[in-house]
Amino acid sequence: MQQSNTYIILFSIGLTIVIGGLLSVTSVVLKPLQDRQVELDTKRSILGAVMDVSSIKDPDQVLKVYSERINSYVVDYEGNRLITNAKGDSIVAEKVNVSKNSKLPAEERQYPVFQAMDNGNVDAYIFPMYGQGLWDWIAGFIALDGDLNTIKGVSFSHKTETPGLGARITDAEVQNRYIGKKIYSSSGNLESVEMIKGEKGLPLDDHHIDGLSGATMTGNGVNAMLLKYLRSYENFMSKVKSESGSGVAAI
Amino acid sequence: MSTETLEKDQAVVAVKEPSEALLSKRRKKVVSDPLVDDNPITIQVLGICSALAVTIKMEPTLTMAIAVVFVIVFSNVIVSLIRNFIPNRIRIIVQLAIIAFLVTFVSEVLKAYYYDMFKVLGAYVGLIITNCIVMGRLEAYAMANKPYDSILDGLGSGFGYAWIILVVAFFRELLGSGSLFDFKIFEAIGWSSFPTNGLMVDSIGAFMILGILIWIQRHKTGYVESH
Repeated sequence: MQQSNTYIILFSIGLTIVIGGLLSVTSVVLKPLQDRQVELDTKRSILGAVMDVSSIKDPDQVLKVYSERINSYVVDYEGNRLITNAKGDSIVAEKVNVSKNSKLPAEERQYPVFQAMDNGNVDAYIFPMYGQGLWDWIAGFIALDGDLNTIKGVSFSHKTETPGLGARITDAEVQNRYIGKKIYSSSGNLESVEMIKGEKGLPLDDHHIDGLSGATMTGNGVNAMLLKYLRSYENFMSKVKSESGSGVAAI
Repeated sequence: MSTETLEKDQAVVAVKEPSEALLSKRRKKVVSDPLVDDNPITIQVLGICSALAVTIKMEPTLTMAIAVVFVIVFSNVIVSLIRNFIPNRIRIIVQLAIIAFLVTFVSEVLKAYYYDMFKVLGAYVGLIITNCIVMGRLEAYAMANKPYDSILDGLGSGFGYAWIILVVAFFRELLGSGSLFDFKIFEAIGWSSFPTNGLMVDSIGAFMILGILIWIQRHKTGYVESH
């Protein structure tokens, strides 16, 4: 009887229902916790571009600091604020899927902007980025000073860059190399900051940082990602500058 | 295959003596055998993929070890409980479905409670499904033995896997990153110029340590692979 086709089919159906049911329950029960973890991770990364968050262990503290320091909104390619999407739902900067957006043409993407505030003044503008490393995606945030030229900090993450080589882009020591560099040339052209090939430890100008020995391909990915996203935010940046220049508050 | 029949014989013996002690000599052997003499990694050479992939640092390795022990023990006991109902012709698929269920469960729990660990381990938790040790134990042991014995067998194999990858991770993190559980050990003892070895961070380092472990163990036990 146990070998009959009917028994086998019934057994399979029963097993599928039981296992599928248990997994659905697990998924539903854990979903809020998982969403919170993802949110926490995003906010930690954003804060990580302007301050050292590794010392804050308590999740609630991270969220508290975030809500105090960060003011977020979404702009389009032209630099105009987006309040609602095509369906009329409001757009939340933290919920914008940067990886999905990066596949759209530049003009159609949504660009989240995170403003780090300090006593009512804009301390830093933080932009998310997404690109390709050597093996798979890399992503990150770049924080610019209120002048929208000097880099205040960067934070990178990656999926599967090689540990000890490309994965070093997540090391604080490598990310600190960006601090103080300029994205605009003195004549006002967008130059971005480029990671050079090789790791020589020599002093470099405002638009170059030391590379990663043995990880030139990852470095190229980071360079391409930075340039692409700084170009995409260029309209927004000039808009902010002209508005503040004419005496109107940026917000 | 010979071990399978042997284990089946043992099972028959167990049935004849229902009053067998909770931790009889035979049962102790079920747990202790896979720890050294029949270790899944060093003797059976199973589960090498994950042994290489997750052993760069101690913390993810410990998480992986706990996850694998959990999956082996629970899949063993579930399969053992329903072993008389599983149709023989689809038993491999049934085993696979049960393992996949447990692995997905572990992955979901990690994502909810240890998100950082979930990011580090990423795909490797899902790959427990393909860890030959788990399925090997189901097919060779749990299908033919009672639940309690299967739990012991799962614990034995799980910890046999766990201690080996922890040893590999210990040396890889110590020599490759100069730390243990991310605690900078060499800086703490005042040797901050300790030259870390990039080879240890690479998978090659895991191969080397694993090879040395297998060498030491076979030298001690005198085990030789028969062809």
